[in-house]
Amino acid sequence: MKETVISTSALTKRFGDFVAVNEISFDVYKGEVFGFLGANGAGKTTAMRMLCGLSIPSSGNASIAGFDVYRQTEDIKKHIGYMSQKFSLYEDLTVLENIRFFGGIYGLSNQQLRLKAEELIEQLGLQKETKKLVGSLPLGWKQKLSFSVAVIHQPKIVFLDEPTGGVDPVTRRQFWDLIYQAADNGVTVFVTTHYMDEAEYCGRVSIMVDGKIEALDTPGNLKKQFGSDSMDDVFYKLARGAKRGE
Amino acid sequence: MKQFITFVKKEFAHVLRDKKTLFILFGMPVMQILIFGFALTNEIKNSQLVIIDNSHDVATQQIITRIEASRYFETEKTMMDAHEMESAFQEGNIKMALVFPANFNETLLHENKAQIQVIADATDPNTANMLSNYVSSIIGDYQQDLNKTMEVPYRIIPEIRMLYNPQLKGAPNFVPGVMALVLMLVCVMMTAISIVKEKETGTMEVLLVSPFKPVLVILSKAVPYLFLSLVNVISILLLSVFALDLPINGSLLLLFAESTLFIVVCLALGIFISIKTDSQQVAMLISLMGMLLPTMLFSGFMFPIENMPMPLQVISNLVPSKWYYIIVKSIMIKGLGFSAIWKETLVLVAMTLFLFGISIKNFKIRLA
Repeated sequence: MKETVISTSALTKRFGDFVAVNEISFDVYKGEVFGFLGANGAGKTTAMRMLCGLSIPSSGNASIAGFDVYRQTEDIKKHIGYMSQKFSLYEDLTVLENIRFFGGIYGLSNQQLRLKAEELIEQLGLQKETKKLVGSLPLGWKQKLSFSVAVIHQPKIVFLDEPTGGVDPVTRRQFWDLIYQAADNGVTVFVTTHYMDEAEYCGRVSIMVDGKIEALDTPGNLKKQFGSDSMDDVFYKLARGAKRGE
Repeated sequence: MKQFITFVKKEFAHVLRDKKTLFILFGMPVMQILIFGFALTNEIKNSQLVIIDNSHDVATQQIITRIEASRYFETEKTMMDAHEMESAFQEGNIKMALVFPANFNETLLHENKAQIQVIADATDPNTANMLSNYVSSIIGDYQQDLNKTMEVPYRIIPEIRMLYNPQLKGAPNFVPGVMALVLMLVCVMMTAISIVKEKETGTMEVLLVSPFKPVLVILSKAVPYLFLSLVNVISILLLSVFALDLPINGSLLLLFAESTLFIVVCLALGIFISIKTDSQQVAMLISLMGMLLPTMLFSGFMFPIENMPMPLQVISNLVPSKWYYIIVKSIMIKGLGFSAIWKETLVLVAMTLFLFGISIKNFKIRLA
């Protein structure tokens, strides 16, 4: 029996007449790498904001790590991690200061912080860079650091919003190694991306079109279902029908 | 609470790491006080004055000695005719000329009146006016002294007292103004920018997803600027006491309490601006145009509010610096206590509550 960590049913968000997210229902299981795909404007960001407790749904239900998105947003926040496409580190603080700060606002004790910081720095191979300002690090490192910081408090779920924008394929590959590592440790990874090769790395993938989830399955099954030989093609076949766009 | 301290520490790190901004923050008040104190003064000192004495008698000597003793003038006794005098004025070498006619003392004694010609360069009307007033009052003094020895049936002698600022120095006027200006600038602009910066770099998103309360995010951003501003208040006060010889007549504690209140108003304003804007440039422009300019224009420190048309006088009431300016002047210069400024204090408190209220409301709307 797989443990469900995200469960939504008919989750909807309306802004006036505009239905940004239209009755989406899905489950995500513990330790899974779940790809959340969709063209620009399909409603991914809005859906993710609801799941993070940043936005109250208009209707439908969802529970994140066992907490209700209407009433228990504070509990949700304690059990999730989040990394945005902008990497969201403080460039004028050092590597160590960033780690301490983000650990600190999640309420880690001083001792936990010290241990975590050491562990992280070793894992990322940043021993020589701890006193350097984050702004001076290469993009790939910032990204990895940003991810590590997002899971510093050992959340049940980590939400990654287009985490690999603007970096080369090798760095992306290394980044995905980190993601797998986290998933192996039981962290559920919920990731949005525009790169279809990354979609192939996910355990299961959902594709949103115009606010609805049009497909949800493993990459292999989706390819079979749409008679395509790549996720790129599957995505194109689905997204082509979209009426909304930028 | 521990999270709050972590956050405040981080904010201090931001501020202290940015050496250039830090230099501006602490250097600015010092520069402004020095500039206003020594360069942009509207007191008139050492104006060039020529005295053409065609009489050379006891009376003219006595008047000239008195004028020479005044620090307003740099006197020079020469003989020149009307032409020479005009060219001296045209070249700008002299600001004023004083001409005693021949037989001045004799005329004065025999006819009981005598004339002195005072000629001033009125290209700058204010200066000309002030200089001629200075000369008139010196001559008036002399006349009074003369009259003591003579019998004159009626005399009205106005006894003028300049309250609070007997030497008519400029400092009592601009020090409170500079305080309002600097605090406004530091608090409103820096707070607004630092919050908007988090939005721009995307770190705000991460903070909102964290269990850290959004209201605390905003508050902890304001803390470092509160401290910086208090340091600025101290440095301005030290400079005005020791460099400008301006004593603090009222309670220092009250002055600090009121300054803290004003700082809080400014922080609230900065927070409000930051909630309404999304880019650092916009935040900066709004703080500069929307706050700095009104502070200069409407606080009463450069232009008297009483002389403004009615609508502008009404608008001036919305500018927090106006009230703070009144408060600082009352405490520092007039040495008044809280009972004299409770109304102004109340206005500032109301402004703070209002600004915090709408900020929190707007912040929640953004989250929904």
